[in-house]
Amino acid sequence: MSKRSTEVLVGLFVLLGIAALVFLALRAANLSSFNGADTYTLTAKFDNIGGLKVRSPVRSAGVVVGRVTSITLDPKSYQGVAKLDIEKSVQFPTDSSARILTSGLLGDQYIGLEAGGDEKMFAPGDTIKSTQSAVVLESLISQFLFNKAADAGGPTAPAANPPPAPSGAKK
Amino acid sequence: MEWIAALGRFALDILRSLGHHAAFFWELLRTLPVSLRRPYFAIAQVHALGNLSLLVILSSGLAVGFVLALQTYYALATYGAADSVGLVVNLSLVRELGPVVTALLFAGRAGTSLTAEIGLMKAGEQLSAMELMAVDPKSRVLAPRFVGGIVAMPLLALLFSAIGILGAYVVAVLLIGLDPGNFWSIMESGVDVRRDLGNGIIKSIVFGVICSFVAVYQGFEAKATPEGVARATTRTVVISSLTVLAMDFVLTALMFSTR
Repeated sequence: MSKRSTEVLVGLFVLLGIAALVFLALRAANLSSFNGADTYTLTAKFDNIGGLKVRSPVRSAGVVVGRVTSITLDPKSYQGVAKLDIEKSVQFPTDSSARILTSGLLGDQYIGLEAGGDEKMFAPGDTIKSTQSAVVLESLISQFLFNKAADAGGPTAPAANPPPAPSGAKK
Repeated sequence: MEWIAALGRFALDILRSLGHHAAFFWELLRTLPVSLRRPYFAIAQVHALGNLSLLVILSSGLAVGFVLALQTYYALATYGAADSVGLVVNLSLVRELGPVVTALLFAGRAGTSLTAEIGLMKAGEQLSAMELMAVDPKSRVLAPRFVGGIVAMPLLALLFSAIGILGAYVVAVLLIGLDPGNFWSIMESGVDVRRDLGNGIIKSIVFGVICSFVAVYQGFEAKATPEGVARATTRTVVISSLTVLAMDFVLTALMFSTR
């Protein structure tokens, strides 16, 4: 086989491989969605961030408008601090609220932004004031059991199912 | 007393073999700059190892995609999560099956031919003849093959994963009748480019180095007889497959354990 045709065939092979990479990256992974778009950063503090992770989506009315870029603990208030990258094209009023929600019953957690009615919009770097923490299933259950026990009253109920301390049940 | 000595001999043999491998690897790396000055030798090897392996890689990728889609569909349909077939197939292909199965096929298809070729060159005393002419066989024969294998392997693994996903699409959407929009969008939101695809590519490069090095080493160290070449070819497949599987576990533990 001539040198030239070998080179052409190898070139085709490499092109094919690159095409496969592009296909995998664009069509079958999340590179295409939400990348390169201009973003600005907002901060939100939560009493409990639950199962939120870095790169979790930020949604407003179900539409993905941004991603969580970092999660840290505020050493003074002992709150979880989440930094959110929001698309530049979407502006939120300063009284918007952030909630940690779960998609589906057992799905991943995400931040839901609900727009408020204020005239002023968030500037980059602002902090979202009104937040609602993640719902921790264990504390819900223990709260439920505790209420049940209190309703039943008398000495038998606490002995039957001793309520775990709510603080101890938190993750 | 005798068995203690035997144990010691065994341990020393392992150490000696490891050291020999390491020294050989180092020498091979040292010849790389020289041999890359004439890239055509490596390109010809990419053709021999890559282009000519395309058929087996693509057809097995397609078959794996078909079967994976069918099996995960049956399992997931029980939980009403049939739409996630694409995601499961994609993650298992890109993270594990793509690199690993490609490496196993590559060891069988390309590694054996490398070993047999180099072993026969040695048996026919072509390598000694080269040395007499002051041509270093390591840089003229071994290094281009080593480089060709390292270039071809990741490309083959990518093609394997891509065609496997297309195969899953054929089964899940065209045959079973899942919604194509859900198939692609669930896949897209669940697969991360750097974490899943990037780590898969790193794996395939590592496996490429392992397979090519084992093949080249076994060929060069083969006994210069027909029997020796046959043995070396068998050893190539066994050693590269086992090393790839062991390395895959280590790499997976390193890459996907955090977070």
